[in-house]
Amino acid sequence: MKKTFVILLTVALLFPAGSVWAANLVIKGSTTVLPIAQKIVEAYMKENPDVKISLSGGGSGNGIKAIIDGTTDIANSSRFIKDKEVALAVEKSAYPVPFAVAYDCIVPVVHSSNTVQNLTLNQLKDIYMGKIRNWKDLGGPSWPIVVISRDTSSGTYEVWESLVMKKERVFPAALLQASSGAIVQAVSKNKNAVGYIGIGYLDASIKAVAVNGVEGSAKTTLDGTFPISRPLFMFTRGWPEKDAASFINYVLNPEKGQLLVKEAGFVPLY
Amino acid sequence: MNNNLRKIQDRILKHFFFFTALTSTAVLFMIAFFLFKEGIPIFEKVSIQDFILGKYWYPTSDPPDFGIFALIVASLSVTLLSAAIAIPLGVMTAIYLAEIASYRLREIVKPVVELLAALPSVVIGFFGMVVVAPFLQNAFNLATGLNLFNAALMLAFMSIPTICSISEDAIYSVPHSLREASLALGATHLETIIRVILPASISGISTAVILGMSRAIGETMVVLMVAGGAAMIPLSIFDPVRPLPASIAAEMAEAPFRGDHYFALFATGIVLFLFTLLFNLIADHVAHKYKQVGEASL
Repeated sequence: MKKTFVILLTVALLFPAGSVWAANLVIKGSTTVLPIAQKIVEAYMKENPDVKISLSGGGSGNGIKAIIDGTTDIANSSRFIKDKEVALAVEKSAYPVPFAVAYDCIVPVVHSSNTVQNLTLNQLKDIYMGKIRNWKDLGGPSWPIVVISRDTSSGTYEVWESLVMKKERVFPAALLQASSGAIVQAVSKNKNAVGYIGIGYLDASIKAVAVNGVEGSAKTTLDGTFPISRPLFMFTRGWPEKDAASFINYVLNPEKGQLLVKEAGFVPLY
Repeated sequence: MNNNLRKIQDRILKHFFFFTALTSTAVLFMIAFFLFKEGIPIFEKVSIQDFILGKYWYPTSDPPDFGIFALIVASLSVTLLSAAIAIPLGVMTAIYLAEIASYRLREIVKPVVELLAALPSVVIGFFGMVVVAPFLQNAFNLATGLNLFNAALMLAFMSIPTICSISEDAIYSVPHSLREASLALGATHLETIIRVILPASISGISTAVILGMSRAIGETMVVLMVAGGAAMIPLSIFDPVRPLPASIAAEMAEAPFRGDHYFALFATGIVLFLFTLLFNLIADHVAHKYKQVGEASL
């Protein structure tokens, strides 16, 4: 019983609570962009100690909603604004301005001894729907496929769901890991496994698989040929001014913010 | 005058301790209240029956499915299997330590077993993930070593210290006169242990077992790391499963605040809370029913 409380208390503490201090800059939104924003906010506040920034998650939808309502200065979003949201914003005479700040690139990974080099999007979808159950159907060794997926609320899962699964569900027998790091760990220890991770987590212990014949890399992400990638945005309410403008400039600066983007495991713009 | 002062002192102390006791109780009730407040709203979207017995857990699809039956089965099967491993090991170790081992050995082994409880669960989880999982996979030629059996094994490691330590205390506190009487009547050491000592300490052992099991059912980190996490009903002990705490821990951080998914996770917490509450009530009941009263408990 005590244990349960400890868990719930921890969980409750993990929650994005509202800011406690008076902030000059409020940033909220996508949890995918959160690690990028966190690194940049820390560095920015170190350089500008007089600026206080309050940063929280809550999801892209909540971030954009906050921009529309005027309760945040910058909204992080892992998707572009929807027509419905634009209409709502115009109604409230808010004009959200998008800034692409980074790219998200998700690569499928397998054990380093697996001979499969390339998979099509359809094959990946069939694997994750449980239709293809053995590597030999994909030109690999005769091993059962162990499908590893991310928890359904993660941004990485969201990309996978929209770009690979295309509205189909990942079958229930898929294993779940709670972070990209844990997927790397699990895939490197199991020759049957397939998983997917943000490109920043790729290391020598596992093997990346090309998708539709295209290797996942910063280059193929930026030229748009790698199919499992997407831009990440920060939205401002109207053209940014003062603190917001200087923060966005900092994020887009190739020497500053963009270096941190790379450090956070994402693909920088340049 | 002096007498008055003492009375005031007594009263202050009494109130002080009353408020201290009240604090932890109040915290407990506040957390329980919060848990229910955040969990109940999901039942406006799905019925309790669909929530508990629903087979599919797709909280973020459109339309979402909030069925935690597979997760409940996972939690119970992991707990039962770990109990099946931990109870014999824990209780037999306790019997050995209390009845058979020499005093010096006991003084060394008991703290070591208790030290096992001090291992952080993330360390046990990591051990299960990088050492036990590949071993299981090779030894039994499985598709994956992250499965129900691995999780049960790791949880057994975690509950053995609890079970062993509390049982040992219970067995050790059986009055000497009972042992001596049994031996004097011509019973062997083994007969004495099985027929006299164990029945006399059954209340303490039961409490130990149930506390060990409630530790196992609420444990989060280990099952998150080694149970595999597939939200399906396991058909063998080598299938991957996703127990309730793993689901909460993996998804809570990123579930939209006060969205349906968030409410559903809190409702999952309520279910878990009711399970541990039930375990504790059973432990309490057993402890009272078979209470050791002096030497007359046999």
